[in-house]
Amino acid sequence: MSWLETLRTGLFAVRANRLRSALTVLGIMIGIAAVVLTVGLGQGAQNQVKSQINSLGTNLLTVSPGSSTSSSGFRQGFGSASTLTQADAQALASASVAPDIKAVAPVKSSSEGLTDSVNSNTWTTTVNGTTEAWETVRNRSVTQGRFIDDQDVTDHAAVAVLGPTTASELFSGVDPVGQTVDVDGVPLTVVGVLNSVGDASSTTGSNQDDQVIVPLSTATQRIFGSASLSSILVEANSSASLSSAYQEADAELLALHEITTPSNADFSISSEASLVSTSTSVDRTLTILLGGIAGISLLVGGIGVMNIMLVSVTERVREIGLRKALGAKPSFIRRQFLLEASVLGLVGGALGVGLAVAGTALLPKAIGYPIALSGLATVGAIAVAVAIGVVFGVYPATRAARLAPIDALRSE
Amino acid sequence: MTAVIKLDGVTKVYRTGSIAVAALRGVSFAIDPGEYVSIVGPSGSGKSTLMHILGCLDVPTSGRYWLGGDNVSRMDEIDLAEVRNRQIGFVFQQFNLLPSLPAWRNVELPLIYAGAGRAERRRRSIEALERVGLGSRIDHRPGELSGGQQQRVAVARALVADPALILADEPTGALDSHSAREVMNLFNELHHAGRTIVMITHDDEVAGAADRTIRIRDGLIWPATEAA
Repeated sequence: MSWLETLRTGLFAVRANRLRSALTVLGIMIGIAAVVLTVGLGQGAQNQVKSQINSLGTNLLTVSPGSSTSSSGFRQGFGSASTLTQADAQALASASVAPDIKAVAPVKSSSEGLTDSVNSNTWTTTVNGTTEAWETVRNRSVTQGRFIDDQDVTDHAAVAVLGPTTASELFSGVDPVGQTVDVDGVPLTVVGVLNSVGDASSTTGSNQDDQVIVPLSTATQRIFGSASLSSILVEANSSASLSSAYQEADAELLALHEITTPSNADFSISSEASLVSTSTSVDRTLTILLGGIAGISLLVGGIGVMNIMLVSVTERVREIGLRKALGAKPSFIRRQFLLEASVLGLVGGALGVGLAVAGTALLPKAIGYPIALSGLATVGAIAVAVAIGVVFGVYPATRAARLAPIDALRSE
Repeated sequence: MTAVIKLDGVTKVYRTGSIAVAALRGVSFAIDPGEYVSIVGPSGSGKSTLMHILGCLDVPTSGRYWLGGDNVSRMDEIDLAEVRNRQIGFVFQQFNLLPSLPAWRNVELPLIYAGAGRAERRRRSIEALERVGLGSRIDHRPGELSGGQQQRVAVARALVADPALILADEPTGALDSHSAREVMNLFNELHHAGRTIVMITHDDEVAGAADRTIRIRDGLIWPATEAA
């Protein structure tokens, strides 16, 4: 009795009991479609969260100076020391030192009073001295004029780029580009206005639309009169290389500052860690939730197969008895029922994937939520469907194989 | 000449909880090749039990049973399946055809379990159907055939694997008198062609067609002189 013969017998039985087979297949089909779609929905949600976080710059590390101790013995908090230098920033920007770092923007910032040349409005906000790299590191752009460039830094140019909120507070309706703004007594020409990032302040802790960008050299030498940096912004190549970028920056700065014990570091490096971990935990919760739902639908589908196969065994007691009377060994009967169950699983799985593909194409239009169909989930779903057929077919098949031929033949 | 069937002190006791019922209480007889034997008895006499044991569908509680020279009374389920497949052709009262399969597919079933190839199965199935006069009905499903024709398909199925013994259990019980006569004529033909046939029935008229009649009552051969 070959497997091929068994398969033929099994397929014949599936065809001979069309309605029952169709109902079983329907159960598995819906279960598998639900699994593939929920996995796709989870994937889509993760992709969306990831892209939202990426737009905020998750690849970003912030190097801050360490704590300092004043001459009177009071320790001041992190960020108060003057330990970060432009040399540090240049070292981190070197590809040979830190291959996982894509861009570095040194920042010297301070809160300053501003006065505009048109309305003589005054406004106090953060003034950031930095370089051209800030624009890409911060993932920002200008809506008017231009951003500061390397030439401005080299020239100690008296130029400034305003945040959109800052621009409207000072110039209220007048085109700010080309006007002059007075920063702590230093007149600067406005060369551009940043794009608006709206409510990003909630995640970054400060209003990103209200700030002034000036060339780093202008800030350190003409406005603040201090060369040390407030922070160094480091952009990793990708979110995946964030931790290696962290380690490279950490190691390089420890070496530059000649610190042998990492716990004595005069700087600290932070990432948008809270954001990342929050999103990760949200993703995980979502995955567990969806996985649970998917698992339950699979279980229901599997119990459906078992139920139908048990009904099938009961219904076909006479057939089983006859086959055994005619010389079918128990192993053949078992194989026949197992194959029937797995064929039902396979067909149900394939149709379920088809339904999921259709759902992936149509559902997002209705619910306005992206669904990402993954090939792995699809192949896995079909494999699981067949496995369900086999696993939940074992018990009915064993029962069928154990039937005594006389009892089976006697039953009416 | 070796007997096709030899029973020696066969008993069968069914236990339901604490109650034991002896359906066979020591049955011994032999059937030679080419014999046409009927086994007759009223219901409750133990003849169904005897039929199940003869058909290797059940094993005796004690005693020995040789079929074609093999002691089958102590075989396991797997060997019994093999014996049923090769040595016995069953004809049942209710035909027991699979309704979804055409006639020749029903007939080929024993050959599938015997491991015969596709082409051989089809050829032998068609030969067997021609043998019972249904050569023109090979693709008909059981539902498209009369009762007599269905029983003849069942006889073809019993013949197809060329067994040592044809075991018929009330083969005319579900048929009208005309179809019953048809089927009985078929058994006569098979007998004349040299087949060994054992027919279980409660109908003396049907039993009279056989060469020899074994009567069973209360689990014993009756009269006792019939015992081999």
